Formats: sequence, structure tokens, C-alpha cells
Amino acid sequence: MKLSTLLASAALAIGLAGGAFADDKTKVGFVFVGPVGDGGWTYEHNQGRLAVEKEFGDKVETVFVENVAEGPDSERVMTQMALDGADLIFTTSFGYMDPTINVAAKFPNVKFEHATGYKRADNVSTYSARFYEGRAIQGHIAGKMTKSNIIGYIGSFPIPEVIRGINSAYIHAKKVNPDVEFKIVWAYTWFDPAKEADAAKVLIEQGADVVLQHTDSTAPQAAAQEAGNVITFGQASDMAQYAPMPRVSSIIDNWAPYYIARTKAVMDGTWTSTDTWDGIGAGMVGIGEITDAVPADVKAEALALKASIADGSYHPFTGPLKKQDGSDFLADGETADDGTLAGMNFYVEGITGDIPN
Amino acid sequence: MVRLEKRPQASQAFSWAAPVLAVLATMVFGGLLFAALGKDPLASIATIFWEPLFGDFAFYYRPQLLIKGAPLVLIAIGLSLGFKAGIWNIGAEGQYIMGAIFGAGVGLAFYPTESVLIFPLMVLAGALGGWIWAMIPAVLKVKFGTNEILVSLMLVYVAEQFLASMALGLLKNPEGFGFPGSRNLQQYPSAHNAELITGSGMHWGVVAALIAVIFAYVLLARHRLGFAIRVTGEAPRAAKFSGVNPVRLVLFCMGMSGLLAGLAGMFEVAGPAGQITIDFNVGYGFTAIIVAFLGRLHPIGILLAGGLMALTYIGGDIAQSQLGLPAAAIQVFQGMLLFFLLAFDLFTNYRLRFGRAEVA
Amino acid sequence: MDLSAINPVLFVAGFLVAATPLIFAALGELVVEKSGVLNLGVEGMMIMGAICGFATAVETGSPMLGFAAAAAGGALLSLLFAFLTQITLANQVASGLALTLFGLGFSALLGQSYVGIKPPRLAEVNFGPLHDIPVLGPVLFSHDIMLYLGIAMVIAVWVMLKFTRAGLILRAVGESHDAAHALGYKVVRIRTLAIMFGGACAGLGGAYISLIRVPQWTEGMTAGVGWIALALVVFASWKPWRLLLGAYLFGGITQLQLNLQGAGVAIPVEYLAMSPYIITILVLVVLSADKSSAPASLGRTFHASS
Repeated sequence: MKLSTLLASAALAIGLAGGAFADDKTKVGFVFVGPVGDGGWTYEHNQGRLAVEKEFGDKVETVFVENVAEGPDSERVMTQMALDGADLIFTTSFGYMDPTINVAAKFPNVKFEHATGYKRADNVSTYSARFYEGRAIQGHIAGKMTKSNIIGYIGSFPIPEVIRGINSAYIHAKKVNPDVEFKIVWAYTWFDPAKEADAAKVLIEQGADVVLQHTDSTAPQAAAQEAGNVITFGQASDMAQYAPMPRVSSIIDNWAPYYIARTKAVMDGTWTSTDTWDGIGAGMVGIGEITDAVPADVKAEALALKASIADGSYHPFTGPLKKQDGSDFLADGETADDGTLAGMNFYVEGITGDIPN
Repeated sequence: MVRLEKRPQASQAFSWAAPVLAVLATMVFGGLLFAALGKDPLASIATIFWEPLFGDFAFYYRPQLLIKGAPLVLIAIGLSLGFKAGIWNIGAEGQYIMGAIFGAGVGLAFYPTESVLIFPLMVLAGALGGWIWAMIPAVLKVKFGTNEILVSLMLVYVAEQFLASMALGLLKNPEGFGFPGSRNLQQYPSAHNAELITGSGMHWGVVAALIAVIFAYVLLARHRLGFAIRVTGEAPRAAKFSGVNPVRLVLFCMGMSGLLAGLAGMFEVAGPAGQITIDFNVGYGFTAIIVAFLGRLHPIGILLAGGLMALTYIGGDIAQSQLGLPAAAIQVFQGMLLFFLLAFDLFTNYRLRFGRAEVA
Repeated sequence: MDLSAINPVLFVAGFLVAATPLIFAALGELVVEKSGVLNLGVEGMMIMGAICGFATAVETGSPMLGFAAAAAGGALLSLLFAFLTQITLANQVASGLALTLFGLGFSALLGQSYVGIKPPRLAEVNFGPLHDIPVLGPVLFSHDIMLYLGIAMVIAVWVMLKFTRAGLILRAVGESHDAAHALGYKVVRIRTLAIMFGGACAGLGGAYISLIRVPQWTEGMTAGVGWIALALVVFASWKPWRLLLGAYLFGGITQLQLNLQGAGVAIPVEYLAMSPYIITILVLVVLSADKSSAPASLGRTFHASS
């Protein structure tokens, strides 16, 4: 038992050394959960990869594997990249968390970057984006522009990431429009364009004239366009093909600056394990152009809100806020700490309905 | 004029030659596809077939073949028993999920108690979960004559929803900061289906798959039940006369395939995968159907077919990363391989005759 | 909770649209199975139709040409299945599964440059004043031509199977290929035509998703509709009218589930999402008393010498 353990790790080490010194290019691997052609989550990560290639040209080599199932398949793909001499590996799905930690333990000289998780190690960093900052802006525009006072929200699964977005949008819609009501529909899928389209249609039929989505396809946009007089926001990518109406703005996942910076850090030998949670300020969350369908004053307010979030003068979760059950969440002027935000599993006061489970 | 003529008996030579020919044909057409995508065809083919077995890092990939192949073989063996008898369980994916949920559920119920009894209990629970899920279509079939293909398929979707509910609810890791997914069983020694020899890829699921192969071989070759299965599939009327009880046969075949699929799920969740997540299942239950047919429903054939499928998965991922082939190209390549294997199989039972057809 | 938020008229109109891809795909498969062939590759043929239709519509600007291309693409892919199962006598279950795998991969390759594009719209049929009739107008007279074509094809297939000689021959082949062969019918040719019809229909269903229901192209966008179509055929016990009913039931439950959520009814979503499948199982049990409906030769391989 002992001997073979040694052998295995020795072999891994040799493999690593052989790969690492094969050339002086920095090799960066990307493990993707969906196809790069999904037009959403994976598509944007791949855009980040292409930006790294563009930035460093010949000095960098990027590799990727798409459609990698979470679990043992992802562990194998990461190991394979490390064996092939990758210096830095980005693993871009929450479900890759434990596999990333496992593989990283076997390759102490390879740097790993895991998206959206919370487990770190000496050679594992985590990174995520504060999408809820963008949701605040959407909420503001939605609250101002809704005439029916009903805002539809398509959720994927009831997880903290999604709940945070709902709360952030609701708080800011409520702030400018006390009569606003959120209708939340859980699609229970990350990817099913037909179901997303149905969800959007149902929300519109039930009176929503603003539809926010936390799923990545453009299906809800098309449904809104069909219905007329409904506004939407692009999600993950800009979805500019639906501008100026129904898409009046968007949240864009912009991983490029982070990927470039981390690759640079590996090249310079300055890489250290960190926990990055960047938002609008650092450019990880992009706000797509606010179209002219939005009244000029609302647009100006939204841009001001964006600026205040970007420079850190305003936090979207600032008290006084209560939880849905009426208990205190944040005192006047208090802002939510990152731990609370990361594990958020409650609605704020005013949202009706229960979070499933 | 070319026509087909049935061989008096299946050709032994061709049953071995057909897979080889199919792989060669796939290499040719796959190579053309890769060339059309602007990749070096030879390098692509070599990466998929050679790299995992004999490349620089084969010491790592060979064990991975076991990890990837074991659930396929375990499930396919169970399915093949039913398929041979004309009993169509195509819902192994659902049984796999239920086995994993039952197995993990039992393990997590004991957390954090350590005991040598926990893992065996999980094995039993996993087998039970798969068995129960397969018994639904089985009982409906024998009681009401309901089509088992459809019921078992429907139950896959039910199981997937149940899995989502478990990952987000009951089995959610209480220390997981609200994220979906259960505790990781790899970090719970009593419940962990660890490698028996580190770095070998051998875990209990691989052992179970090998035992299943031997068990199926003996059953089919030597046992009365194996005879009943074969005769029912080949000549249902003859089976009736020779005293085969069709009800018991359905219950046995469905139950056995469900049990093995459940075991596969349980070994996977307790070992390589580690945890129940929303997307825990990755299609082993469906791929195993293909494996069962590629192996001609023969235990040894299934073992080889499972290895071949695992090879294309692992080699395919390597080719993606090293050569930049899109995942879709690998999928097309696998599809081609299946097509050729299925097509060349023809010559096992038939031969080509040249010349004019005799007047019938 | 506010059930009044659910507008029954829009709800019905909504599930008519949601059911249409299912109707196309399942109707094609029904004909295939009536001829005695089980093609599990519906999902693969649908996604091929989805990309062929999408690409053609984008390139030509004509959604109708897109649908034509989708039918052609689906039929072409199904020819592969026909070759395997009818010429090389391969197992139908395995061939169908392989077809799905191949179709999913091949469509993704074809569609690489079509991600993020908006296709041309297919306009609603202009029914003039009929559209303005309360209730009936929005439910019945506010759809695109393909939706009506789907229903028309259900009627056509019903007539064909029940009243025409072609239907009789098709059913004869499905019931007993040996007997049909003995009577001088070209079993392989008839089945190949049926398989191609099934492929064309699946292609239309796929294109309905990529061009009308969603409309966009992404890999794997049919997301399992092909499998539901397979279930639907059995659910309908191979009868076109029941198929229509079943498609509305399947489409309707998803719509209802989303509607209830929107209305704030606290429903366990996963359990409601399971419900169409559980209902199908129950219906299957109830229908299984009716043993006459399944084609007797379904899934069996035919060779003239055997």
C-alpha cells in the first residue's frame, strides 16, 4: 500500500516536471461545465480564455475541455491538464470544488483557480463575481419602469447565489416603488431554453411587465419581445440582439480582466492563494448599455447607482433591512458581511412566497 | 447482384473480427472528420486510443479506465440479462440515481459515527434503492401488462427530480453554507468507497463489476435460470412449454438489473463522485444500454465494450485538451464507432452472396 | 396566493404552443412504430432539425425554408438509422441510442457559428376578424402556420392509417412482417419510408423549438423533448387522437406548474415536475388493459430469408 502510494506520487511528480520544463510557455487550462457554445455561462468563461490568449500571444498556451461532468470526470480532466504541464488551471463550476481540492493536493506546483466555491488551499484560489451589484441596478430600473407593479423573476435553483440576486433586485425596486410585487418562478434547471421561454410567458401572462432572469438563454428575451411592452435584462452575456427593447440593459460576466491578471501573476511568480469576489468596480460584473427605452432620468439614476457601487460608497445590502419573517437583518446603516451574503438562504421582508425546501 | 444469406450458425471468426473492423473503419472516417475540422487526423486518433493505454501518463489513465468503465459494466451486465429474455429495462439511469440516494442517505444518517458496519449497510441500501425502482415497472408489467420500456424510462425523470430535491433539501450538507449538495463521503472514512490499493483505480465498484461478469457468465452458461432467460428470448413459445415461469423471470431480470444499477450508483457516490449533487448522474444508465449491445449481451463482450467506451471518453477528453477538438466532435466520433460496430455485426450472422438470387 | 392571476385563455394558448414540438416528433414516431420499428433516436433527429432549420432560416431569411430544411435534415439522419436497422439488421434500441448521440454531437458541430443569433420570425396566420373573437380568438386564431400544420398532420395520419390502403399496408407490416412479405409487400422499403417520415417530423418538431418557441440556437437545446415524444407514443397507445390529447396534457402540466408558482402557490416544484411522468405511468397502467394497440412486430428485425 505504502509503496504504491509512493510510486504513484513519484510518477505524478516526474510527469509534472517533464511537462513543466518542456517549454517556457505558460500553460493555462480551463475546465468547462457546459459547451462553449451555450451562449451563457461557459461561453463567457471561454471569452475570458480567448482574452488571455490575445493578451499574451506566444507566451501563453491555453487548453480547455468542455462539457465536463462534475465528479470523477472533472478530477480526471484536471489531473490530465496538470500532467500535460499546465501551470494554472481554472475550474469554472461550483461542483468542481472538491475535485479541485483533491487534484491540487497532488500537484503542489500547479496553481488552481476555482470559480464560485469556498474551499481554498495554498495552491487553490477562489473567485466569484458580485452579480448582486448588477441586480441592484436592474431592480432600480425595473421598479421605476413597471406599470403593472408586477416584476417576474425566473430562478434556476434555490441556492444562495440566486436568492441574493432576488433580494438585491427586490430591495432596489421597492425603494423606488413601494407597490412593487415580485413573482418568482423556479425553473429547476440550469439549461432548458424551452422551459425558460415558458416561464417568461407565464410571468408575462400573469401581469409582469418586467422579467428578470437568472438563467442564461435568450428564450425569455424572445418571449418578452413577442409580448411587446415588457422589458428584460440580458444575463451572463449582453444579449444586445434584443436591444433596445425588450432588453434595456444587462449583467455581463466579464472574466477577462481576472484571468489575465492571474495568468500574469503566474508568469511573474507572484501568484498567491486568494479569495476574490469582485463586482462592478473591478470590472468583473459588466453593466450592458442602458438603452433609450429607459427614460433619461431613470437612466441617469441607474448610472449614478452603478457609480456609487463601483467606487464602494454604496453597498446594495445596507440596513435597515428585515428578513421575510420580520426578524432583523441589518440595522440602519449596517452593511451585510460577505459571509452572510455567501450563504444567503432567506428572502428579505416584503417578498411573498417561500424558498422551496 | 449481391444479397445477404443467413449463416447456418453464427461465425466465430466474425464475432471477433467485426469489432476490429469497426474500430478501423471508425478511425478512417473519424480521421476524415478531424481533418475536416482542421486537426491532424493521425494525432487525433492516436490520442484517443493510444494515449490512455500506452502514453506517457498511462500509469494514471489505466486506473481511470477502471473507474469510468466499472459502472458501465456493472449496469450493462444487469441489463443484458433482461435484454436476452426480451425484457426491456431502459431506466437504469433512474435506478442508478436511486441506488446512490439510498446508499448515501444511509451513510449520511450515521454521520459522524465511525463503524465498519456502515459501508456494508450502504451497499445493501444502494442495492435496495435500485431494486425498488426497477420493481415498479416489473410489478406493473406482471400485474397489468404495462409496457416496461416506458415505465422505466418515465421513472428516470422522476428519479432526477427526486435527486434535485434531495440535493437541495434533506441530504444537503448542513455545513455547506447553503450551497446544494450533500457532505462529501470521501471525507467520512466509514462511508468512503476508497481505492483498495492507492492509485490502482480498484474500488469496491470495480470488484463488484468483475464479480457481476463472472456471475452472469456462470448463470447464463450453467444455471437453469440462465437457460430460461436464453430460451425466453429466442423462442418464447418453447419457453412456455419447457416450464419457464414468465412472471418470475420478469421479476428476476428487472430486479437484478435494478439492483446492479443501484449498486453502481452507490459505489460511485461513495467513491469517485463523493457526494449527492443536482447533476450527480452523468448518463451511465443510458450509455450502459449501448455497452450491453456492443458486448452482444455476452458478459465477456460487455466487459470489453465497457472498456472501449471508457477509453473513448478518456481519450476524447485528452484529445479535447491537447488538440483542441470540440467535445461535439468526440461525440460524433463515438456515434460513428457505435454505427460501425452495429453495422459490421451483420456479418456475424449473415454472409454476402454474389451472383443471382435463386428464385424463391 | 392569487389564483386569479392565472388567465385561463392565455394558459390554454400557451400550452397549445408548448405541445407542438411534441406533436410533430411523436406523430412521426407513431408512424415509425406502426410499421414495426422502434427508433429511440428521436432526440437526435429533433436536434438535427433544430440546427438545420435554424441555419437555413438565418441564411435565407425565410422561416418556412428553414422548416423545409429541418424536415430534410431529420429525414437524412434517419436514413442512417434505416440503413443500420433495415439493411445491416442491427439492433434497433442500440441503433436509436447511437443516433441520438451522433445527432447531438453533429448538430453542435454544425451550429458552432450560429450561437447568439436571432432568427427571422414566422408571423401569425392572419385570420382577420376571427382573431378578435373573445376567448376563442386568442386560443384558436392567434398562432403560426406550423401549429396548425401539426394538428392537420395528426388528422392526416389518422385518416391515412384508418382509411387508406397505404395505412393498411403500413399496419400489416407492423403487425407481421413475415405475413406482409409473403403477400408481396416490400417490408424494408415501407419501413425505410416510415423511418424517413419519422425523421422529417422530428426535424420539424426540433425546428419549432429553435425557430418559434425559444427561438435561438444552443447546443443540446431540445433538452429531452425527444424522449418525452417517445413516451407520448405509448401513452397514446399508437392512436393519433390520444397523442394529441397526451401532448396537451404534457405541455399543460408544465405550464400549470409554472403558472401556480407565479401565482404564489407554495408547491414543491420537484414533485410537480415529476407529475407528468407519474401520470403517464398511471395512464399506461390503465391503458395496458388494451393489448390490441401495440404493433406486434415492434422492435423485431426483419430479413426476408429468416
